[in-house]
Amino acid sequence: MKKLSLLLALMLVLTALSPAAGALADTGYSYNYDFWGEVVNSPDPYAVKATLTHLELGLDKKLSKAQGLFVKDNLIYICDTGNNRIVVLEYKDGNYSVSRIIESFEGDVEVNTFNAPSDIFVNDEHIFIADTENNRIVKLTYDLQFLLEFTKPDDINFDQSITFLPSKFVVDGAERVFCVVSRVNKGIVKYENDGKFNGFVGATRVSYDLFDYIWKNWIATEAQADAMADFVPTEYDNIALDDEGFMYVVSTNFDPYQLSIGNFDPIRRLNSLGNDILIRNGNVYVIGDNDWTDIGVYTGASKLIDCTALEDGTYFALDRTRGRIFGYDDQGNLLCAFGGNGNKDGYFRMPTAIEHMGHDLLVLDSQDCQLTVFTPTEYGKKIFSAIYEYQQGRYDESAKEWKEVLMYNGNYELAYIGIGRALLRQNKYEEAMSYFKTKYDDNNYGDAFQLYRKQWVEDHIVLLFVVIVLVLVVPLIIGRIKRVRWEVKRFENDSKTIR
Amino acid sequence: MKTTARRFVDFFTNRAAYDRFFKSLRYALYVIVHPFDGFWDLTHEKRGSLAAANFILILSLLTCVFRIEFTTFQFIKVNYERVNFFMEMMGILLPFIIFVVTNWALTTLFDGKGTLKDVWIASAYAMTPYPLIVIPNTILSNFLAEEEDTFNYFFHDFSIVWSALLFISAIMMVHAYSIGKTMLCIVFTILGMAIVIFLLLLFFSLISDSVAYFYSLYREIIFRIY
Repeated sequence: MKKLSLLLALMLVLTALSPAAGALADTGYSYNYDFWGEVVNSPDPYAVKATLTHLELGLDKKLSKAQGLFVKDNLIYICDTGNNRIVVLEYKDGNYSVSRIIESFEGDVEVNTFNAPSDIFVNDEHIFIADTENNRIVKLTYDLQFLLEFTKPDDINFDQSITFLPSKFVVDGAERVFCVVSRVNKGIVKYENDGKFNGFVGATRVSYDLFDYIWKNWIATEAQADAMADFVPTEYDNIALDDEGFMYVVSTNFDPYQLSIGNFDPIRRLNSLGNDILIRNGNVYVIGDNDWTDIGVYTGASKLIDCTALEDGTYFALDRTRGRIFGYDDQGNLLCAFGGNGNKDGYFRMPTAIEHMGHDLLVLDSQDCQLTVFTPTEYGKKIFSAIYEYQQGRYDESAKEWKEVLMYNGNYELAYIGIGRALLRQNKYEEAMSYFKTKYDDNNYGDAFQLYRKQWVEDHIVLLFVVIVLVLVVPLIIGRIKRVRWEVKRFENDSKTIR
Repeated sequence: MKTTARRFVDFFTNRAAYDRFFKSLRYALYVIVHPFDGFWDLTHEKRGSLAAANFILILSLLTCVFRIEFTTFQFIKVNYERVNFFMEMMGILLPFIIFVVTNWALTTLFDGKGTLKDVWIASAYAMTPYPLIVIPNTILSNFLAEEEDTFNYFFHDFSIVWSALLFISAIMMVHAYSIGKTMLCIVFTILGMAIVIFLLLLFFSLISDSVAYFYSLYREIIFRIY
């Protein structure tokens, strides 16, 4: 009886401890792809730290159709689009509280309130706000004095017939503004720091195949041609800036087939010339989900509508189709995928923006009217520290971290490759090869194998020499012996016949 | 009266039959380097044998599996959950059978000299370079690194091109055709193969439909009875 009660007490303690374990349980919430492109469930790399609605924050009304999000140090700027205001949150001692609310500004300008602000950017001196329905981007000081506005370009290159609706933008170090404007597909609108229009950057090269061209221009009727997709560059949906000053742009205007065969890049990293310099060395295409169905509740490919780049070169993209977040490292390997559509914490209904604060991820949901804060779990932290150690050049420490990642998730491909690389550096070629082989990494395996082969040949040079000599000499000797015997026999025969 | 066991032993210890088999098999090595002479003598002078032809064919099928299984993973990555070695072998055997039958059916109409057996033997002999090159190539691949994959792919493709050329000369010699007529014959054989495959698919889908019909009829009756 006593034993039983002891057992019960033990079980009670274990149940009390289990939430920590439960957070890492296999829920199907987080996954990754294996080498063959099959979905493999993984432990959760991120867990919900907080969900912030107007109630938690003590705001007077719900966030309404919130579109834009920006993080500067410990301040979070939310564009409360439907309420025409900016809500600034402060993160301090593990709490999120409202720091201030920006509804209007002062200065020599006709309209000094906002109308549906959809994006915000803050640098060390100024605040930039995309005041969409007022057709402008305003530049303010920290104490809300109006400085400058960026309006519809008065330029021949800019189609004057469309309404100028700046939706998303970033500001570079020289305070030049790069803006994604609705219904403009020539690329990103670039302004000088004095507000002057300076052309477009990053327009995608238009590609179409010969068959489509012939069909559309010579065979199809006018009605058919109108129904077909135009051969125009894609429109961007969102833009973000990374630490090195490169722009990450995302686009959701794609042909699903082109996407599925890797001909369309929904995430691009643009340099100052507007060329895509994103590295895509991973097993999977950098397109979010790599396979999808067209039946069921949530159909079609991932629509990546926002992206945020962390300090260590990893970046996270937000998928509106299934409410998922996809994390990639700087080589284009899928680090993790998690999230979903729904009403629970960590699920979304209409996510609109993603930002990061350190390694925490913040996701704004316009329909749930809330901000969800994700923080890395122990497992997620191990992945990040392994990447960090590798970037610092401490390969052995990195391998140690990867080994701990494997404790959580034995299917994690990058961990095997990371350990293999460290072993390769320690000249343990054979072990490195087995790690690379486990995850079909032929490039690294090839390198390790070449070194291993070289070492093997050097170690066994005597043996090889002996074998080669045997192969060359033994048949010669045997042939010689046979010949001698045959001659002796012939001589004997000859002498017989003579006698 | 010999017993069955005795006959069995005799069959497998027939020294003359083995000699014939090895001789005709060794003739394959002559054929692949002297295709015109070789294929002419193969059927017209009875230098080849059905046993050797089947041996080469089976060896080719096994080579196909051997290559997938034992080439280093750097060149061929096999998802063992998805690969069926039997299907891989059928991928060679079925086209081979359909080719031979279609070719024979066509050439009997266009005064080809070869019988079905001749076409079968010659076609099988034409496959000789495939196992001959691919087996050593597969073994050697395990001593190569990823950068050196060109060697592996080159030799594999080389064996297939060689085989293809041998197929053409086999058809030409077996039926005593001119080169132009051979080309025409091959084009029509390929078209014929497409038709045969279409008919087979049609046949199987109709059969499976009618089986499903009778099966549902049977189930209906069983339901009514009980």
